[in-house]
Amino acid sequence: MADISQQLQEQVLQARSGGEKLNIVGGGTKAFMGREPSPDAGTLNVGGHTGIVDYHPVELVMTVRAGTPLSDIEAALAEQGQAMHCEPPHFGPDSTIGGTLACNLSGPARPWAGSVRDQVLGIRLLNGKGEQLRFGGEVMKNVAGYDVSRLQAGALGTLGVITEISMKVMPGPAASLTLVQDMTIDEVLHYMNSRAAEPKPITAACWVDGKVYLRLSGAKSAVEATAAKWSGEVMGNGQAFWRSVQDMQHEFFANDDSPLWRFSVNSTAANPAMEGKWFIDWAGSQRWFRGAGELGDMEPLARAAGGQVSLFRGGDRSGEVMHSQPNALKAIQRRVKNSFDPDGIFNPGRLYSWL
Amino acid sequence: MTTKPKISKAELADQFRTFVDADFVITDDETMKPYECDGMSMYCEMPLLVVLPETVTQVQRIMRICHEYGVPVVARGAGTGLSAGAMPNKEGVVLSLAKFNRILHIDPLARTANLQPGVRNLAISEEAAQYGLYYGPDPSSQIACTIGGNVAENSGGVHCLKYGLTVHNILSVEMVTAEGDVVTVGSDGLDGCGMDLLALLTGSEGLLGIVTEVKIRLLPKPEVAQVVMAGFDSVQKAGDAVGGIISHGIIPAGLEMMDGYAIVAADDFAGAGYPREAKALLLCEVDGTEEEVHEHIAEAEAVFRKLGATSVRTSQSEQERALLWLGRKSAFPAVGRISPDYYCMDGTIPRRHIAFVLAEMEKMSEEFGLRVANVFHAGDGNLHPLILFDANVPGEFERTEAFGASILKMCVDVGGCITGEHGVGVEKIRQMAIQFSDQELEQFHDVKAAFDPAGILNPGKGVPALKFCQEYRSLEYKQHKHEHTEAAHG
Repeated sequence: MADISQQLQEQVLQARSGGEKLNIVGGGTKAFMGREPSPDAGTLNVGGHTGIVDYHPVELVMTVRAGTPLSDIEAALAEQGQAMHCEPPHFGPDSTIGGTLACNLSGPARPWAGSVRDQVLGIRLLNGKGEQLRFGGEVMKNVAGYDVSRLQAGALGTLGVITEISMKVMPGPAASLTLVQDMTIDEVLHYMNSRAAEPKPITAACWVDGKVYLRLSGAKSAVEATAAKWSGEVMGNGQAFWRSVQDMQHEFFANDDSPLWRFSVNSTAANPAMEGKWFIDWAGSQRWFRGAGELGDMEPLARAAGGQVSLFRGGDRSGEVMHSQPNALKAIQRRVKNSFDPDGIFNPGRLYSWL
Repeated sequence: MTTKPKISKAELADQFRTFVDADFVITDDETMKPYECDGMSMYCEMPLLVVLPETVTQVQRIMRICHEYGVPVVARGAGTGLSAGAMPNKEGVVLSLAKFNRILHIDPLARTANLQPGVRNLAISEEAAQYGLYYGPDPSSQIACTIGGNVAENSGGVHCLKYGLTVHNILSVEMVTAEGDVVTVGSDGLDGCGMDLLALLTGSEGLLGIVTEVKIRLLPKPEVAQVVMAGFDSVQKAGDAVGGIISHGIIPAGLEMMDGYAIVAADDFAGAGYPREAKALLLCEVDGTEEEVHEHIAEAEAVFRKLGATSVRTSQSEQERALLWLGRKSAFPAVGRISPDYYCMDGTIPRRHIAFVLAEMEKMSEEFGLRVANVFHAGDGNLHPLILFDANVPGEFERTEAFGASILKMCVDVGGCITGEHGVGVEKIRQMAIQFSDQELEQFHDVKAAFDPAGILNPGKGVPALKFCQEYRSLEYKQHKHEHTEAAHG
């Protein structure tokens, strides 16, 4: 529990006056994401800025400093029977809430429960002028001013230092079980989407190694009644399976050095025709690919599938790793970056070479 | 900031008429009159002219011309907004998207729909019903309001706590920029690359771009929905019951509260069979599978009884459910019947302060000499105090506005905000200075400039000029000091 916001502010002001750049680091567990950090930049460590600032279980809202480890947050929530419904991945014990929002990472429940971005209600942000700003708030509905809080999701820290986050939390499910059955990759997209279109308590759907896994969560009676109607075997260790998907510890994700590609596409789109291995999550919306290829070759395939592709982990990280942006959006994003960080202090080139 | 446009009204109209059907470039006062305000009719202004394009290319050309000549552009959907966000600029163009009213495509398997911005909110769910799907956000104006306006305001409704706001239910928007470029923000995938511009655009009140197409997510229609109505003899007990339900682990599809005034007015209007003697009423809707609803309804009834409900009634049919909701949904017109005029406020507070806030509001009501009725999205803390007044009594609207401003200030003081779903527009622009510092407001202006360097999109709305804020804050300070001094002397 420590509030180091003053120290962080001083460091930003110093960097600004000295014309320096800063790489923002929380727990340091997601260093593999984005483009290579700029070697000339200093480090701004937010990992020491920790602690739950405010938590009222009845409000379903928690306010927490950005460097707080996810595990601390989840432990506090679990005591009250609550959880972060977006199921953020832990890449080790040090993964923080700030890094999770900056990278916009959510787990298997994402299509149903929403993303970390969806659950954010407000933030405190240190911008490139060293100003401590507060956007959004601690209430579910707030439309005063632009939604600068959610703008941070996926920006990889290029707009400023997130120092505090208020987010919506939810009750944990009363019951949960997983159904598993054999299915080919050709059949599974239609199957998962059809199941998702039924008004049943489905909260996760993925496919890997010729098997489809569906998770049901909610009121015990509803979960059991649905499981009795749907095909598939009840899995003994369902919880452990989903944990391995959430934290990317499933064996599909082993071998960190070989390139791991992420396709974020239309859930029903035919799978891109490429040689390699696939892990299909989010009922078809998120597809992980392991195989050879270049970003430039994959982009048209992702676009044809209604979405985007990025090099999530491994491979060459000196070039672009994110789906390219059309010129008009590039110009807007450059200007937005400039509006928050006019001297380009934060995470230069981490998201795109031009940002 | 815009300066005086460098083109005359006649020249501008002539330019538009070269590519927009001449009948839909409106320049005469009589035909423009309906455009002078939105749902917040206390704020009116006549525009320079009104144009109703029907293609994206036409919107682009309009924007290019307006950009070139520095002409303000106010986008308009159905004009149901409640913060004067669509009030015209007297030197600008009202760009109506009324002709963009087609549902372009529904994909039942992917559970998505492509919509033109002028499609009415309710029409989406009506069309999707054939696939067993519906659209989550359901603002009270859903019969008339459009999806483009919903994106501009980040509209909610009674089901937000469980199903989210507009920002949680859209995948992408196609937008024409201030400079006339067409861009698509977002994709069919759930989480894309780069900063989340889609979130930034949602709720930006027409200050960042003109939305010309929206792709939304649809939800499977729940098997069953039932509503429990519980009456309480105090607001405090009803507030505690809201917490009780949530602590129990139930997330209701809708959780609404009404105070004594609103209960009687709504019951007179709709004949819903509300407990008229109650001081507070909760409507708690649970939806899901049959098993789940059965389980949760029994629990909700038990929680309400345990926490002191004086009456508990659960809908036993769709008809009864509709009737119980009818009272709530007609609360605004119902209150409208007991007063010549009413002013609907829209603050949000942390729910634990509900009893305090309502008690304070009662004190203010006496102080300002104006009645107030309360309907409240209790699940997500969104208050809608309805201040009753008579616009024909000189000074009464000014007093109403002052009362409203005091309510919003109190919302901020207890950790809430000045607007939950109606937006800032013109109406709440002064109160922005209460919720945000100058540095924060300046950051908003800088964000706006990143999208609209010339400042032609809906100028003067949403974010106040800083000079204005300092004046407002010092006025507040003086008032506060004055009250303080009076109290000390009293």
